[in-house]
Amino acid sequence: MKLTDKSQGWKELPIGGIIPGGGTSRAYKTGTWRTGKKPVWHPERCIQCLSCWIYCPDDAIFITEDGKRADFNYEYCKGCGICARECPAKPEKAIEMVDELR
Amino acid sequence: MAQKTKELMALTGNEAAAYAMKQINPDVVAAYPITPQTELMQTFAQYVADGLVDTELVAVESEHSAMSACVGAAAGGARTMTATSSQGLALMWEVLYIASGLRLPIVMSVVNRALSAPINIHGDHSDSMGARDSGWIQLWSENAQEVYDNLIQAVRIAEEVFLPVMVNLDGFIISHGVEVVETLPDDTVKEFVGERKSPYRLLDIDHPITVGALDLQDYYMEHKRSQAEAMRTAMPTILKVGKEFEGIAGRNYEAVENYRLEDAELVVVALGSTCGTAKDAIDELREEGIEAGLLKIRVFRPFPWEEIKSALGSKKAVAVMDRAEGMSAVGGPLFHEIRSCLYDLTNRPLTVNYIYGLGGRDVAIEDIKKVFYDLVSIAKLGKVEDFYRYLGVRE
Repeated sequence: MKLTDKSQGWKELPIGGIIPGGGTSRAYKTGTWRTGKKPVWHPERCIQCLSCWIYCPDDAIFITEDGKRADFNYEYCKGCGICARECPAKPEKAIEMVDELR
Repeated sequence: MAQKTKELMALTGNEAAAYAMKQINPDVVAAYPITPQTELMQTFAQYVADGLVDTELVAVESEHSAMSACVGAAAGGARTMTATSSQGLALMWEVLYIASGLRLPIVMSVVNRALSAPINIHGDHSDSMGARDSGWIQLWSENAQEVYDNLIQAVRIAEEVFLPVMVNLDGFIISHGVEVVETLPDDTVKEFVGERKSPYRLLDIDHPITVGALDLQDYYMEHKRSQAEAMRTAMPTILKVGKEFEGIAGRNYEAVENYRLEDAELVVVALGSTCGTAKDAIDELREEGIEAGLLKIRVFRPFPWEEIKSALGSKKAVAVMDRAEGMSAVGGPLFHEIRSCLYDLTNRPLTVNYIYGLGGRDVAIEDIKKVFYDLVSIAKLGKVEDFYRYLGVRE
């Protein structure tokens, strides 16, 4: 879905900053907030515990139809690193924070 | 028991406001008591307790919460009212801007009182004058009758222009003084205010909306421009509602009231209860052969620019009365706006500002007459030597 159109002048926008329609945060791509580091998933080390999915504050981890963890959704991942910190996989974590150049 | 005919009642200004609220029968009222507003909300709470209104009365722990609850209720689609005074209005501050910015038609009585410090509970306009930039329409009342009438009109105005409205009444002088008030039948008020209609309601689950979303550099300015337009174009609605109200009540309401102004050369401009005192002073001065008149500002926001220009354009000298010390070092808030409005005129009247009545300092007919005698000297001299003056202060 689309948020309001940035070509709209003040006469066209709904009053009071109201956004008509529900679920509009989906259209707000918060992944652009990520600075410095991004999480990288290593599927071969992943034990599919879904801890990262539980902890992720931005719901930025794709889950497959059969309930398995898939890759990150970088359109919403803000790079907070909680997933990497909480990942219990041993001997190496399945999530690694790596430098990201923008 | 329902009121079926017009009736004369002996009411304080607070009771007149509460009675208007009873007849308006709002969906939600959220309020916190504060002198001199307490009696207003106490009277209304009694109506709630007696089952005479359908209102959900939300007793909150502060005025910040009161206005916040009003914002939520109004966004939900409820017809919402509250009342406060002084420190209470100050505590509502940030939420006042949220109410207006979200374009919520909340109606609030403000029983005007001085702000601390030093602590003082009496009549003074500092509270509402401080809120003059908050995006609320401001109606000012001269007496209890106007409180009743303004409050009923405020509901219609707010809901038509999607801006909150405050109805101002002087603390104690109006709020606690008993006057004869002509009230309307319940059904007449009910019909006049009608049902609240809104294109957006938070509780309309079939048409979900987001209220209060983050609004950054790319949209904020457009929203503010649109809000400013609502204020810029509110006056025709205020005047239309005033005309309709005249139809049911027989009392005339415009943006300003001219009292013996047409042939006056010397004019006092004021808000609130002092206008009543000024009218008596003017009657006495006319007996003395002084051509005195009053310009009463009923609507202060939106500012009645054109009405003031045409009322004062041909006058010799004008005294603007401020019951608030704006602490600008160059006069009070009403003075600055009146003076700015006269700037475009080719023949501007001489203008002088009086700060008066702070913290409930009494203003007698003699005080207003003194202002007019000063205007006589100013007109004679042809200039104003000191435009920023105090009335009734001990030197």
